[in-house]
Amino acid sequence: METPILETCVPVRVALLVTCLVDTLFPQAGIATVRLLERLGCEVEFPPEQTCCGQMHRNSGLVRDGDALAARLPELFGGYDAVVAPSASCAATVRETTDLPVFELSQFLVGELGVEDVGASFPHRVTYHPTCHSLRALHVGDAPLRLLRAVRGLDLVELPDSTECCGFGGTFAVKNADVSLAMLADKLRNVRATGAEVCTAADCSCLMHIGGGLRRTGAPVRTMHLAEILQS
Amino acid sequence: MRIGEPQLRDNLYAATRTIRAKRAQVVAEVEDWEELREAGRAIKADAMRRLDALLEQLEEAVTAAGGRVHWARDAAEANAVVADIVAGHDAGEVVKVKSLTTDEIELNAALAQRGIAALETDLAELILQLSDDWPSHILVPAIHRNRREIRDLFARELGIEGLGDDPEELTDAARRHLRQAFLRARVGISGANFAIAETGTVGVVESEGNGRMCTTLPPVLVTVMGIEKVLPAWRDLEVFLQLLPRSSTGERMNPYTSLWTGVSDGDGPGEFHLVLLDNGRTRVLADEVGRDALHCIRCSACLNVCPVYARVGGHAYRSVYPGPIGAVLTPQLRGVPGDSDDLPWASSLCGACYEVCPVKIDIPALLVHLRSRAESSDPALRVMGWAMGGPRRFAAAQKAGRAALRAGVPVPPWTKGRDLPPAPPETFRQWWRRTRG
Repeated sequence: METPILETCVPVRVALLVTCLVDTLFPQAGIATVRLLERLGCEVEFPPEQTCCGQMHRNSGLVRDGDALAARLPELFGGYDAVVAPSASCAATVRETTDLPVFELSQFLVGELGVEDVGASFPHRVTYHPTCHSLRALHVGDAPLRLLRAVRGLDLVELPDSTECCGFGGTFAVKNADVSLAMLADKLRNVRATGAEVCTAADCSCLMHIGGGLRRTGAPVRTMHLAEILQS
Repeated sequence: MRIGEPQLRDNLYAATRTIRAKRAQVVAEVEDWEELREAGRAIKADAMRRLDALLEQLEEAVTAAGGRVHWARDAAEANAVVADIVAGHDAGEVVKVKSLTTDEIELNAALAQRGIAALETDLAELILQLSDDWPSHILVPAIHRNRREIRDLFARELGIEGLGDDPEELTDAARRHLRQAFLRARVGISGANFAIAETGTVGVVESEGNGRMCTTLPPVLVTVMGIEKVLPAWRDLEVFLQLLPRSSTGERMNPYTSLWTGVSDGDGPGEFHLVLLDNGRTRVLADEVGRDALHCIRCSACLNVCPVYARVGGHAYRSVYPGPIGAVLTPQLRGVPGDSDDLPWASSLCGACYEVCPVKIDIPALLVHLRSRAESSDPALRVMGWAMGGPRRFAAAQKAGRAALRAGVPVPPWTKGRDLPPAPPETFRQWWRRTRG
């Protein structure tokens, strides 16, 4: 990254790319993102015409459908200082398909706003799953961990084999359900081994997968998006 | 894809973890590893762009050094060339270096039809040959076999009594079995890791020394090489001889690197044949995205980090090229619609393969490209794509989706092993409108 946005724009005008999944199934992650960014002095807007970035279609080989969805983005999200998404995989897709200044939340906070301590307090034992796209597509590095370490009362426990995929992979989870479930079983075993109350990540899609497995197996672990912890 | 048996999965988990850790360690100690990867990628991309000219240059150089070059369009042509050479020397037996390319064209079966016995001399390949099995990993082809199975196999097939299952003892048994064949054979057969257009030099890297025996002891050497293995210049080896062993076996340098240029009087084979194999490669080259799969140097690092490979095993890929690279190479090499359409779907697109690839093949991008090429038209996804085309349609779809969720409608492949999340009281956009509207 060149100059952090904070040094050139005050206040920072942020467009929230909430993502179709968060919008529909995990609004609490979107709400937490808005509140957190506002608390840190950003002006947050939600372009209401937004729907989906087209990632699922692109990854499923429906390139034209994916491109059609991606083509809507520059007009909807143009003109802001930054576009922020509570999702690494959607941010990575938008980065690939447009020239928009798009960031995943933790990447934006640490890299652009230069904040690690967001003033949160969360007195629980937490483990962090680095999602594949945050790690290998967007390269957010240890930004989420730095943010979590600064949260008051939070007991961060390292997840064994953390960089292994949870087996979600979009349509992979249904097209290759058996393989996906075998990958999930190993991830769940590792999550349980931490003794954490909460498993967090930068992507609600992977959390939906891990959380769905935890609920099915009756494990006493909740899933929460990073934004929810940072906003608490 | 079908998931492997628990024993297979345990074997693969343990074996791939060991190689992974070794690789990570020796890669970390190379300061300019990323620059080396980029150099490897660039050299391969350049070679692919002028493959026709490089191959002719290679032919000229090999010929000038006393070798003979044969061009084979497909497996049948290549097999016929090799069988004719062997038959021309009245040899009923050949010794072979481990070679994926000769496995790809099923050379051993073709030779058998002409009454020629091909003896695999790599330990793992020998195990597979004795048990009529086929490779499940690029580097460690018998990774799916454990030592007790191998002890029983050797005892039975090599007629050794009282054999233990200690790896050293097993290796020793194989060595004694092979040594006579090395001394007897009149024709050696190899693949090639590289061939240098500039000098006509062909190279094989290996660990066991059997390759060195096959390429130096018999008076005749035949090398079958995919045309994509050509490198422009001698100095390119500097890059690839660093990238390959560290990525493959996790060693700084492999134990044996054999390089030969045509023939030399009184040193090594007096007759050398190089068979240049196409077998679908020019078709792959014609696809500007898909052609990157031809950059592969067969290190197998992508297999060792792939969460899918570790659970399905190599045989699930139905090809001598298993794992992530196989999933992008096999459908393209075969070029038969419908034959291997499922392979590009055998990935969660986690990107671990791309991260370790020594020549930076963006395997996830290739997988997605092949998914699009297969023109799969998933009706549910098409409808979703339409619904997401505008905010009104999208809001209606959200409403329907949440209603289905509240009603507990099962979504079979998903709900097989995971619960669906509870439906939230309102969507994000409803919250926004309610609180900010």
